[in-house]
Amino acid sequence: MRALLDIQDLKVHFHTRDGVVKAVDGVSLKVEAGQIAGIVGESGSGKSVTAYSLLGLIPMPPGRIEGGKALFQGTDLLRLGERELNTYRGRKISMIFQDPMTSLNPYLRVSTQLVEPLAIHEKLRGKPALHRAIEALEQVGIENAATRIHGYPHEFSGGMRQRVMIAMALITKPDLLIADEPTTALDVTVQKQVLDVIRELQRETGTAVIFITHDLAVVHEMCDTVSVLYAGRVVESAPAAELIRRPLHAYTRGLYRSNPSAHAKDEDLYSIPGLPPDLARLPGGCTFRPRNTLGVASLCLTERQPELIEHSPGHFVQNCPGCLAAHPSSAHA
Amino acid sequence: MGKPSINPDAEAGHSLWSDAWTRLRRNRAAMCGLAFLGFIILLCFIVPFFPALPDPAAQSLPNKNSGPSLSHWMGTDHLGRDLFSRILHGGRISILVGLITTTVSLTIGVAVGAMAGYLGGKVDAFLMRTVDVLYSLPFLIIVILFSALAKGYTNDFTDWLVDLTGLNRDAIAPFTSLIPLFVAIGALSWLNISRIVRASVQDLAGREFVEAAKSLGLSQQRILLRHIIPNAIGPIVVYATLTIPSVMLFEATLSFLGMGVQPPYSSWGILIKDGADRMLSNPLLLIFPSIFFILTLLSLNFLGDGLRDALDPKSAKD
Repeated sequence: MRALLDIQDLKVHFHTRDGVVKAVDGVSLKVEAGQIAGIVGESGSGKSVTAYSLLGLIPMPPGRIEGGKALFQGTDLLRLGERELNTYRGRKISMIFQDPMTSLNPYLRVSTQLVEPLAIHEKLRGKPALHRAIEALEQVGIENAATRIHGYPHEFSGGMRQRVMIAMALITKPDLLIADEPTTALDVTVQKQVLDVIRELQRETGTAVIFITHDLAVVHEMCDTVSVLYAGRVVESAPAAELIRRPLHAYTRGLYRSNPSAHAKDEDLYSIPGLPPDLARLPGGCTFRPRNTLGVASLCLTERQPELIEHSPGHFVQNCPGCLAAHPSSAHA
Repeated sequence: MGKPSINPDAEAGHSLWSDAWTRLRRNRAAMCGLAFLGFIILLCFIVPFFPALPDPAAQSLPNKNSGPSLSHWMGTDHLGRDLFSRILHGGRISILVGLITTTVSLTIGVAVGAMAGYLGGKVDAFLMRTVDVLYSLPFLIIVILFSALAKGYTNDFTDWLVDLTGLNRDAIAPFTSLIPLFVAIGALSWLNISRIVRASVQDLAGREFVEAAKSLGLSQQRILLRHIIPNAIGPIVVYATLTIPSVMLFEATLSFLGMGVQPPYSSWGILIKDGADRMLSNPLLLIFPSIFFILTLLSLNFLGDGLRDALDPKSAKD
């Protein structure tokens, strides 16, 4: 069966004064209909740029899509003009953003903003549209939706606003929802509720989700498959259950070791040393080599870039011998 | 809200402006400003039609520089003309100049600034360099040039208007002769507004809610008109309330140079200027027109302030 979304070798570069920043440099991933696909990585690993490029939200210039395809139901989204993209945006693909405090227009009532996608994509207006909007708010668990819908965004708390965003994104029943770190800006107590809302609605509507996060714990709660991004490339990609059982790449192992919830009380929490590389001056070869302390850095590729290979069925990993090797002193890991 | 409506834009517009009106009504200073402004406008536009009001151009040298009396409420000037009548007649022209030129400059300024700020790139560079060039030219000379060029068209326009409506040529002449002035000042005073609007639009265009609007499939036009410009309304309104008085005073300068209002017609700017020249012999000639001018500007400022607050949903105290 054809995947709902098939990103092949996507390259998005930013041409800045400091040189060409290779924010996304050959990302491939697939999203099956009705599944939740996680994208994990540090800040600047290219998670959000990947998602933004699907909807044509990369500012150009300085951004430029240098290559690759993003086949959505067989159509390459990267080749679409603004007008054609607008028939996908908000109708077949919707997005929720990181910071719910700023992603609603402070000058318009929530009701006005909620019915906007309906007016554009379904030509639904007036009372029927308002009813749909109230329904959508009820679905995301907002009480007294019929009165609250007439409020302004500043009358809602952060968690409530993110619910409003989710309602707005799903009101047209899209086939794909892109969630760009939807809980990062929220209180921990609210995070769980918002995640539950997303998962519940996903099950109900069968919408596929691209879930972008840097929180591995969240990934395992939410996702069916996970792609780990580092320096604009996929270093490892596998079904979520497989990845937690058998992380192969040194970076993925590092991410798990540095996760407080999965670590034993008596040992020090691991942290990956150093900083993500400067994307304008990427070293040749394996980009993770300078920070590789869980593998054998001396074995890392220096001449050519490692490639993604299928290590076992469904489990892809970059074939860099240094990153795949186990560290000599941590044979038990 | 709640009523089924055919046009969602109308519904949204209704909510933004009607909410603003509700909030404005709670602002006492703004409402006083609005009421006084309305009063002045009524006074200037209706009272001159009463025959009891003396002809503002009728001279009477024996009566010159007389103080306030029952027949001349605010006294007379150095030619014995009734000051009250002259203030009301002049107010018509001053208010028209203030409102019309400000509207013209707001329209151009917001359009140019919003396009430059939102589209960016080459459009931005072109529009902003145009603004820079216009900035560097002496304002007065351009206005004079403009009015000279427009004068011929104005006479044609007046003829056409007289033919069309059958109005008395003399009655509309003081206003139609001002058209070149409106156009000239309006066409040049938008420079500042366009820069202010461009800056706020640039800031707003990078906000997440604009990104969100884009991701929902809204057209650029809709994003600009419904999501960006309303958010930039604060600085626009404030700047507009500052533009109105400066335009009124500028009209006085131009009239002094013979480009604007011609005698026997008058305006507040001209009355204040004349009054200032005769301040020592008859200070009332300066004081009375100034009171009208200052009160109008004050009420405009209160109104503008209140309007800015009222248009911002976050300032609602409920």
